[in-house]
Amino acid sequence: MKIRLENVVKTFETFRAVRDVSLTIESGELVALLGPSGSGKTTILRMVAGLEYADGGHIYFGDQDATDIPVRDRGVGFVFQHYALFPHMTVAENIAFGMKVSKVKREKVAIEARVVELLRLVRLEGLGDRFPAQISGGQRQRVALARALSVDPKVLLLDEPFGALDANVRHDLRRWLREIHRELGITTIFVTHDQEEALDLADRVVILKDGHIIQQGTAEEVCRNPQSAFVMKFLGDANVLAAEVRDGKAYASGAAIDVSGMADGKAELYARPADLDWSAQGPGIPASITRVLDRPDGRRVLATAETGEQLEFDVEPERALKAGDGGFVTLRRAKVFALG
Amino acid sequence: MRRNVLPGLRLSLGVTLFYVGLIVVLPLAALVFKAASLGPEDYWRIISSSRALASYRVTVLSALGATVFNLFFGLALAWVLTRYRFPGWRIVDAMVDLPFALPTAVAGIALTALFTTNGWFGSILADLGIKVAYTPLGIMIAMCFTSLPFIVRTVQPVLEDLDPALEEAAQSLGGSDWEIFRKVILPLLTPALLAGVSLSFARSLGEFGAIIFIAGNQPMSTEITALLVFIRLEEYDYQAAAAIASVLLIAAFVMLALTNWMQSRALRYTVKG
Amino acid sequence: MSATRTGRKPPRVGDQPLFRRMLIGIVLVIVALLIVAPLVVIGVQAFSKGWAVYRDTIIHPDTLHAIRLTVFAAIVAVPVNTAFGVAAAWSITKFDFWGRRFLLVVIEIPFSVSPIVAGVAYLFVYGLQGVFGPTLDEYGIKILFAIPGIILASMFVTAPFVARELIPLMQAQGRDLEEAATSLGASGWRTFFSVTLPNIKWALLYGVVLCNARVMGEFGAVSVVSGNIRGQTNTLPLHIELLYHDYQAAGAFAAASILALIAVFTIIAKVALERQGAGRVRRPALVANPAEKTS
Repeated sequence: MKIRLENVVKTFETFRAVRDVSLTIESGELVALLGPSGSGKTTILRMVAGLEYADGGHIYFGDQDATDIPVRDRGVGFVFQHYALFPHMTVAENIAFGMKVSKVKREKVAIEARVVELLRLVRLEGLGDRFPAQISGGQRQRVALARALSVDPKVLLLDEPFGALDANVRHDLRRWLREIHRELGITTIFVTHDQEEALDLADRVVILKDGHIIQQGTAEEVCRNPQSAFVMKFLGDANVLAAEVRDGKAYASGAAIDVSGMADGKAELYARPADLDWSAQGPGIPASITRVLDRPDGRRVLATAETGEQLEFDVEPERALKAGDGGFVTLRRAKVFALG
Repeated sequence: MRRNVLPGLRLSLGVTLFYVGLIVVLPLAALVFKAASLGPEDYWRIISSSRALASYRVTVLSALGATVFNLFFGLALAWVLTRYRFPGWRIVDAMVDLPFALPTAVAGIALTALFTTNGWFGSILADLGIKVAYTPLGIMIAMCFTSLPFIVRTVQPVLEDLDPALEEAAQSLGGSDWEIFRKVILPLLTPALLAGVSLSFARSLGEFGAIIFIAGNQPMSTEITALLVFIRLEEYDYQAAAAIASVLLIAAFVMLALTNWMQSRALRYTVKG
Repeated sequence: MSATRTGRKPPRVGDQPLFRRMLIGIVLVIVALLIVAPLVVIGVQAFSKGWAVYRDTIIHPDTLHAIRLTVFAAIVAVPVNTAFGVAAAWSITKFDFWGRRFLLVVIEIPFSVSPIVAGVAYLFVYGLQGVFGPTLDEYGIKILFAIPGIILASMFVTAPFVARELIPLMQAQGRDLEEAATSLGASGWRTFFSVTLPNIKWALLYGVVLCNARVMGEFGAVSVVSGNIRGQTNTLPLHIELLYHDYQAAGAFAAASILALIAVFTIIAKVALERQGAGRVRRPALVANPAEKTS
C-alpha cells in the first residue's frame, strides 16, 4: 500500500506540532521518522493511523483519501510505544482480539490457528497462556507486533518500537524486525529519536524538526550528504568550528577547505571525530591535547585549539598520545554550512 | 526483619493499638461476648424469629435493589464525569459527595419530605399509583442516596487512569465502541466496580438514620434489621438486641472479607509470575 | 491546502454525539432528582412557616444546647482521632512488623459496621449490663447516656477517617525522606514535623474535614448511647429527630439546615483541598493524552 501525505497540518491548542508536511511512502517500504522530541514525528504517525485527525491537508492510502477514515476502518496495524497490551487478557487473547472483533467473521478454529501461527512468527510459542505482566519487555514488544499483524493490516505503524527496552534486547529486535519486514513485505513506518536505530533499520529515513521535514533519503544519502547543520549534528557527534568563506575556500582556525560555489561570508565547519587526525607537524589547526579516552575500538582524543575551540577526534589504538602533547589537528573532510 | 532505621515505632504503634483496642475491638468483643452468652438455642430462636427474618428480607432486598441501581447509575455518572466535559461538570462532581457529607438524619427527613404523598415527587408518583414513602421502595431510595458515592468514587479514578492507548489499540484492530467497552474497558473496571458494589451493599445493610424516617417501620414489612435492634433495646431486651446486632456484625465481616477476596482475585493478572 | 479543521479529535469510545448527549442528560436528571432535590427541599421546608419560626427554632435553648453539644463532641473527638490517625499511619507505613496488614483491616472495620451495631456494642461495655458498667456505676462515673458516651461512639464511627487518607499517601512517599533526615541527625519529632508533616498536611486536613463532618452528623450510634435527653444529651441530629416526631417539621428542617450548611462547606473545603492534591493518592494526575506529548 502506497501512502501519500499532502500538506498535512496539525495544531494542539496553540502548539503547531506538524506544519505542512508532504511525504510519499512506496508500497513495501520501511521508513523511519526520525527527530528530536517535539518534532512532530509521533503526531504524523498517529495521523497516518487515524488516531489523530489532520487539521489540514490529506492522507492517501493508495488512491483512496483516508484523511477522515476512522482508525477502526483504516486497516492499519499500530504498535504502541508502551505496547498497550490488554492487561486482563492472556497473550493469546490479546493476539486474537482483533480477529474476534473484526467485521469479517472467522471460525474459532481459524482464529486459534492464526494465533499459533503469529506466536510462531514472533517466536513466542508456548507463551500464549501468560498474562502481559508475566513476560519480559522484549516479549511484550513482540506480542504487540503479533497483535498488530493479526488483522492483516495494509500498513504497519510502530511508535518508538524499541524505546522501552534494554540496549542488547533492542539490538536483537531490530535485526528481527528487519527480517519480519522482508518476509511480509508490508509497508512499515516507525518513529524513533535514535538515529542509529533509524539508519540501521530503515530503507529511507525522514528527518523532522519543529513539524517540518528537514531532509529525507537512504541512510547513505543522509549520512554522506547532510544538507543542514541540524542534520549533521543530529546524526552523530560533530566538531564545530567558526569559519569564514572567501573565494570558494573556507578558513577555520588555521585550516582551509575547498567549498567551491559557496557565497562569501560567515559559516560553520562541521567535522566528525573520524574526519580529523593528529600530526606533530603542520599544516593544520594548532592545538594541545587535554585528555585521551581509551575505548575498545580506538582512542578518543580531546584537544583544545589555540583559538580556544574544543575538538574531539579518534585515532588508532596504537598511537601513543597523552595529555599535554602539542601538535596539529588535520582535516580529512568536513562540511561547511553558511550561518543564518 | 530489618532493623528499624526510623524512630517512634514503640510510641506510634502503642498509641495505635491502644486506641484501636479501646475504641474498636473492645466494644465489638463485648457485643460478641454478650451474644455468645445466650447459648445456641436461644440465640438461634431470636435471630430466626419471623420478625427478624422479615427484617433481613427487606434489608437485603432493598440493599440489593439500591446496589444494582447504583451499579448502573454510578458507572454512568463516573463515565460522564471523566469522559465528557459540559458546563457545570465540576459542580456535579462535587455534588457526588453530598450523601457522604450530609448527616443521615438530615437526608432522611429531606427524602421523606420529597416522597410523601404530598411531597414534590410523591404527589406525582401517587397520581401514577406508585407509593414510595413508608414502603420498601422508600427504603431503597434512601439506600441509593447514602451509598451512591461509593461506586462513583471507586470507579472514577480507574477510569481516569485507563491508558488511552488500550482503547486506541482496540480501535486500530477494528473493534466497535460497544465491543471495546465490553471486552476492554469493562474488564479493567471490574475490580473497582466490585469493590464499589460491596462497599455500597455493606453500607446499605447497616444504614439507619436515612431510612427510619422514610421507611414506615411496620414490623414484618418495612422494618429494617438495624431498626429492629434499636426497638429491642428500647424494650430493654438487651440479649435480643445483642443477638440481632451480631447478625449485622457478621454480615459486615463477611462483606469485608468478600471485598478483599474479590479484589485480590480480580487483580490476579497484575501479579507477576 | 484544504480549510483548517483545528481541534478535531478522532472519536473515543462513547463519543458519538447522540449517545453522549443522552447519557449526560440522563445522569444530570437523576443527579438533580436524587442529590440536588433533597438539599433544596431542606431550605424550602425550613422557611415554610416563615422566617420567624426559623429564627425561633434556632435560638430556642434546646437547639442552642444541641449545637453546643455537637460542637463540643467534635472538639474532643476530632483531635483525638487525628492524633490516632497520624500514629497509625506512621507505624504502618514507616515500619515493617508482623500483623501490619491485619491492623490495617481492623482500622477499617468501623466503615462496614452499622452505626447501630456500634452503639449497641458500647452499651455492652459501659452500660449497666456491660463489662465495666457496674464498676463505673459504683464510682459514680457516667459514660452512657451522657457526653462521654456520645464522644466515644463518634470516635468509633470515625476512627478510620484520618488514617485512611494518610496511609496510602505515606506509603507512596516511602521512607527515603525520613531516613535521610534521621541520617542527618534529626530527632523523631523533628523528622515528623519538618519532613513528614509538610508533605502530608493537605491530606491530613482533608481527613480532618471529613472526620469532623461525620462526627457532627452521626445519628445511629449516638442515638443508642445518648439516651435522647432533651436539653442534656441531645446532639443536633438527635434534636432534628425529636422535633420531627413532635410534628414540628419546619423546626426540624430549620435545625437540619444548619447541618446541611456544614455539609456544603465540607464539600467546598474538600474540593479546595483536592486542588492541593489531597485525596488523590489513589488517583495520580490524569494521564495526559499521548497525542499531547509529541515526540
